[in-house]
Amino acid sequence: MALSIVHRATGVALYFGTLLLAWWLIAAASGPGAYANVQAFTGSFIGRLIVFGYTWALLHHLLSGLRHFVWDLGYGYKPSEREGMTWGALIGGISLTVLVWIVAYTVGGGR
Amino acid sequence: MNAPKSSSMRTPLARVRALGASHSGTSDFWRQRLTAVAMTLLIVPVIVVVLMLVGSNQAGAKQIFSSVPIAIIMLLFIVASAWHMKIGMQVVIEDYVHNEKIKLASVMANNFFCIAVALASIYAILKMSSGV
Repeated sequence: MALSIVHRATGVALYFGTLLLAWWLIAAASGPGAYANVQAFTGSFIGRLIVFGYTWALLHHLLSGLRHFVWDLGYGYKPSEREGMTWGALIGGISLTVLVWIVAYTVGGGR
Repeated sequence: MNAPKSSSMRTPLARVRALGASHSGTSDFWRQRLTAVAMTLLIVPVIVVVLMLVGSNQAGAKQIFSSVPIAIIMLLFIVASAWHMKIGMQVVIEDYVHNEKIKLASVMANNFFCIAVALASIYAILKMSSGV
């Protein structure tokens, strides 16, 4: 598994994704008009795709990063352990993303 | 073989100890992990806050950020993430950019970007939570 590059790629994606987060916070602080612009964008198909991708990148990077903690502590170097943690991060990241979006649609009524 | 002459009274080991290729030792390595642990602890509350905000309008969002614990959670997360991504992007730059001038300019731009994003977000949260 060559997932270390995915860790890096999701990190870089999250880096630029913070622009969206900052835009959203500034809009919320600015007023209803600015906030409506953000909601129009995040409610669009492209916007939803980007926010969904951002959610996945965040959760995958988090779980993938936890593997690094295990390695930093000196554990998990056996091939089976490495593979297991890597698959865990991959499957866990996707599962948690879907879960968060299900909750989001449930509480937010489809945003 | 003669050892190279040095005007310093410090031993070669003392001069390089804890510095390494980054010239700043392991401080970035440590801070990268410190901020990662912070965000791991904060991720569940942050997701809860974001879910609370889903579907609310601007007045609702402002109302949510007027809560002191929510504002503090978001501020902590923003500081940790901005610091974490500054270090992470610098590692990426140092790995792929080998021209010294372009590298320095990129590292500088990275610092500007992270500080600007963090400060803009912090300002927005403080503005909302103080109700101005």
